[in-house]
Formats: sequence, structure tokens, C-alpha cells
Amino acid sequence: MARVMEATKKTGSVLQMVKERLAVVPLLGWLFAALFAAGIEYFIGDPVARLLGLSKAPALFGLRTIVDSVVKTPSAVGYVLLMYALPVGLVASVTGTWTNRWAGRLLDASFVVSLLVHLALLYATLHLWSSNSDYRVLVLRLTFISVMVTLSLNVVNGYLGEFSCSHPGFMALGAYTASVVTVLFFVNDDVFGPPLLPPVVGPFAFPIALIAGGLVASAGALLVAIPSFRTRGDYLAIISLAFTFIVKSLIENLEIFGGPRGFMNQPQWATLPVAFVTMVVCVAIIYNFVRSTLGKATCAVRDDETAAGHLTVNTRRTKMVAFLFAAFWAGAAGGLLAHVLGYINPGNFGLLKLSEVLAMVYFGGLNSVVGSVVGAVSIQVLGEVLRPLQILKWIVFPVIIIGFMMFRPTGLIAFTEVDVREWLAPRDRTDREGE
Amino acid sequence: MALLQVNSLTHFFGGLRAVHDFNLKIGKGDIVGLIGPNGAGKSTVFNLITGMYTPSEGQITFKGVDIVRRQPYHIAALGIGRTFQNMRLWRHMTVMEHVKLARYSKIRYGLLGAFLGVRGRDREEEEIEERARSLLKMMDIERFSDEIVVNLPYGVQRRVEMARAMAVEPELLLLDEPTAGMNPEEMLEMLDVFRQIHEEFDLAIYLIEHRMKVVMDLCEHIQTLNFGEIIAEGTPEEIRSDPVVIEAYLGEEEMI
Repeated sequence: MARVMEATKKTGSVLQMVKERLAVVPLLGWLFAALFAAGIEYFIGDPVARLLGLSKAPALFGLRTIVDSVVKTPSAVGYVLLMYALPVGLVASVTGTWTNRWAGRLLDASFVVSLLVHLALLYATLHLWSSNSDYRVLVLRLTFISVMVTLSLNVVNGYLGEFSCSHPGFMALGAYTASVVTVLFFVNDDVFGPPLLPPVVGPFAFPIALIAGGLVASAGALLVAIPSFRTRGDYLAIISLAFTFIVKSLIENLEIFGGPRGFMNQPQWATLPVAFVTMVVCVAIIYNFVRSTLGKATCAVRDDETAAGHLTVNTRRTKMVAFLFAAFWAGAAGGLLAHVLGYINPGNFGLLKLSEVLAMVYFGGLNSVVGSVVGAVSIQVLGEVLRPLQILKWIVFPVIIIGFMMFRPTGLIAFTEVDVREWLAPRDRTDREGE
Repeated sequence: MALLQVNSLTHFFGGLRAVHDFNLKIGKGDIVGLIGPNGAGKSTVFNLITGMYTPSEGQITFKGVDIVRRQPYHIAALGIGRTFQNMRLWRHMTVMEHVKLARYSKIRYGLLGAFLGVRGRDREEEEIEERARSLLKMMDIERFSDEIVVNLPYGVQRRVEMARAMAVEPELLLLDEPTAGMNPEEMLEMLDVFRQIHEEFDLAIYLIEHRMKVVMDLCEHIQTLNFGEIIAEGTPEEIRSDPVVIEAYLGEEEMI
């Protein structure tokens, strides 16, 4: 008896120690540990899964396996614990001192260098994690796109405080524009003929296609903004909703773009690294904008437009800039989407897309960059996890969101801005002072 | 030349004549008060000057520039700061953000700077923050700089609004009932703040106020408005003893 108690006490103190050690692990440590875990899974993931009675390594942390068949829950949970939780926790706590020192050194060297190292680690982890499964690669790329769209919608619905429903329309404009650019110049297509430029340049010209998509979406946003920004309130919601329908039926009736049958033959240039880098650029630019005084003007316009005007804020310009800026990123995300799927049709950009993006924004929380990222990732993953339910998904999914909204009506992380610099900093302050 | 000159200003809301043949002249460093019963058109006069409404008739010039039909942000950037009767603070923003934002028109980094976070932008943001901090210090609310305004006590909110108006670097400050809802103690402190900024910046102040103590203590010149028209104008002593003013506004009983 005493032995058992002693053993529990011992494990208890070990747990306590691990907990203390994990509390001071910097972001760098977590990323490093995640990379390590992804590496382990890469080599022994499938055999371990088979050992646990699964056919292969579960694609999305076992969640989808559980939804698929509840009986396999223990195996799925066991896999997650064995493959992710245990190695991450172990490596993070063991390397804590070392990663803290390096986090400090990197940040001392330069903020940009530190940021790039963190991003590189994050990318390496995702790359390794997804290298065994095409499905994971697809989900990751779609998630990156969702992050971009959600964040850009948050600029309008959160920071600017308007209610815009035109994001699917902007995405459609971006997707079709970017597709036309790439197919016209670099692909031998039935409608657009042989490529005008050698396909070798193609991947390098891809950013230009995305930018073109974004710009056309911005031009569309201008058409929405001119009539609706004279007043505030419901007008924008209605006009922007109409805009989404107009774009959709316009494309359906343009035979050159394939009409309702859709548009295909897009080269598969939106690879994992391309999508990752595009998303990082998008997040960085929006993060910079909303933290600058020029960008904060959108919040002032939202909270009290009259006061903003009387304190030298050019309110009309502020609204225009924010709206066109958001539309640009929605367009670029649309262009990316077209080149992930290799096929788009007008049906991709309808009300379903709108409700999905709105769910991501409001779930994650208004007025918060992190909130949008978290919202987009969780809703995207949730959508994938619930996919085995087929048609029932569209009942379960909204119920989950409604239930969640009852407990946190403002979303997960609303009105909170983080300082990235703090994230990158080492966690064990006392250690650093001693150095 | 007067700093602000208003000539025969008239304004209609539909068929209602809110302001009629209103004239005003404020020189550099003057303190002028505007009193009158509720609904007399005092706030309308302010809103006409700051460009919220376009006057039906009349001229308004500030530093020799015609400002009729200009947008409020443009007029403010010329050097007219104002506060509002109901404060109109931005409820999700911190105190520091309020004061920084009022320097919007003076920001030199463009949109590209805002997007890319270049070094010039960081430097400028620091400059703006430094100025904002000194204003907060002057208003004695520096310790609240990172608080969201709605969480603050009323008196502090009033000071935030003052600091925000001062961040515009005004030469003329329009104050719309700045001591409304304050207890006597807060009011006396606010009076000191007015005197201080008036002296420090050689600031002209145009003041709407219902508390006679504030008006009489502060103003060198007082206008009385009733039904959109000036019924009396003069020094505090003249206004206090003017029978027209007493009948329309002050009432028979003892004041102050």
C-alpha cells in the first residue's frame, strides 16, 4: 500500500516538474518539438497505427476517425497521445533551457531573423507532417486560403464595423481573373489557345496572376463601395449580397469562362510552400495595417464616425481603403483556390461559401488577427472532420456553432491584439537575467 | 485679422430656422462663451463651424480661409479641435489610441508604410506616441493610457476627450458643455485644465456651458443665444445684468 502511495507521489511530483518545465517553453521550443514529432510520425506513423488497430495513420489527429466510427476512439486517442502529445511534451520540456537561450539570441540578433526562423520551423513541421498524405496537403492549403479570406473579411466586418457579404464575389473575381491569366499565358487550352509565354516562366509569374486577381476584386469592391458608403448600416449588407449574386450569375452566363460548367485546366502552382508564403505575406500585411494609426482609423470610424471626422480622420478614404484592401486579399485567396483545385465553377462562390467565411470570422472573434487565424483553422478542420457525416454535417455543424456562440457570443478571441514580439521572446526571464 | 470670423450665418432644418443671422469673431487667444436655453441652437452653431452641417447662408472663415462646404476632417486639420456634448469616445479603443489617432492628418508615412511596417513608420509611430504621452501627462491621465475608455470614470473620460482634441494641435478649441455631469470638485479641476492649456498654447476657446460659474470665470466675452438668434452679447458683467438675458435664460433668482 505504502509502495503504491509512494509511486503515485513520485509520478505526481514528476508531473508537477513536467508542468513547470512546460510553462517556460518558448514558442521556438514548441515548434522544434512539433517538428520532431512530425519526423517520428513520418517514419513510424503507419506501423504504430496498424499496431493500434487502425488501417493507417489517421489524417486529422484521429478526429475524423472518431466521427467515422466511434468504436475506434481508443485507438485514435492512443495514436494522438503516442505520436503527438508524448513526443511534443517530452522534447519541449527536455530542450526548454536550450530553446530559451536560442529564442533570446535570435531576438537579440534581429526581430526579422527570429520571425523567419520561427516561420521556417513552422513550415518544415507542416511539410513533414503532410508529406505522407495528399489529403493533409490539400487540407493545409485550403486552410491557408481560409485564413486569408477570414482575415480580410474581418477587416471589413470587424475593424471597419460594416457588414459585408460580398467576399464570395471578390473570391470569384480573383479566382477567374487569376485563372484566365495563367491559362491564357501558360497553358494549351481549347478556348484560350496555345500558351503565349513559355510555361517555364509560369511559376514565377504566378504572383502576378494572384495580384491581378486581387486588383480585379478591388475594382469590384469599388463598385459596391461607391453607392453604399454614403450611409452606414444595412445598405452595405444588402448591396454586397446582391453583388455576390451578380458576379455569380455573370460568370454563369459567360460561355468563354465555361459558364455554369466551370473553368478548368489551371496549372497546379499553388503548392504547399506557395500557399504558405502567400498566407504569411497576407497575414503580415494585414497585421501591420491594423496596428498602424492609419489602420486604427477604421476602428474610430466604426465606433463613432462623426467623432473620427472631427478629429482629422478622412472617413471616406478610410472606409474605401479598408474595403478595397480587404477585397484585394479575398481576390488573391480566390486565385490561390483556383490553382489548388485546378477547377472552379460559379457554384463554389455562393451563399454556402459566404456562410462558411462568416462562421470563421465570428467564431474566431471580431477585430483580432489571431482570432481570425484560429477561427479559420478550427472551422476548416471541423468541416473536414465532420465530412463522413455527409448530409448530416450541415445539421451538426451549425448546431455546434450555435452552441458555441451561446457561451461566447463575441467569438473566441475578439478585440484582442497580440504583439508578435512577445510571442517570439524566451519565457524564462530569470534565466536570461542571469546570463 | 480675426482667427475665426462668422458672418450672418443662417441654417434651416427643413422648415425650422435653427440659426438666424449669427455673427462671431474670435481672435487669437480669446475665450468666448455661448450660453442659452436648451434647443437655442448652440450645438448647431458648433456643428456648422466644424463642417458637420453645411450652412444655408453665411460665411465662415478660419485664418482667412473660407471653410464653408469643407469636410470636417479638413476643417479640423486646419486647427479647430472640438469636444462633444456626449463625448463620442471610441468605445473599443484605449486612451493612448484615442490621442494618437487625432494626429491622423499629420501622418507622413503612406498606405505602403502602413502595410509593410517599414522603419520610417515605426519611428513616426513612436514620435506620435511621445507627443500623445506628454498630452496625457498634462491632463494627468497618463496612468490610464492602456485602458479601454469605456472602463474609465466619467471625469477621466472627459479628460481623454480633451487630450484627444488637443492632439489635433488646434488654434481654436470648441468645447460643448465640457463640465456637464461633473461634480463641483471635478468641475474646478477642469477649469484649471482650461486655463492651463489656454496659457500654454495661446489657445482660443469657444465654449458652450450651462454652469454660470464656469462661463463667468473663464470668458472675456459672452454671447446669449435664444431661438437661433443672438439676444445679447458682451462682458460677463454686462450679460449678468442684462434684463433680456435674465428673462430668457438666467431666470430671476440668484445665480452662481
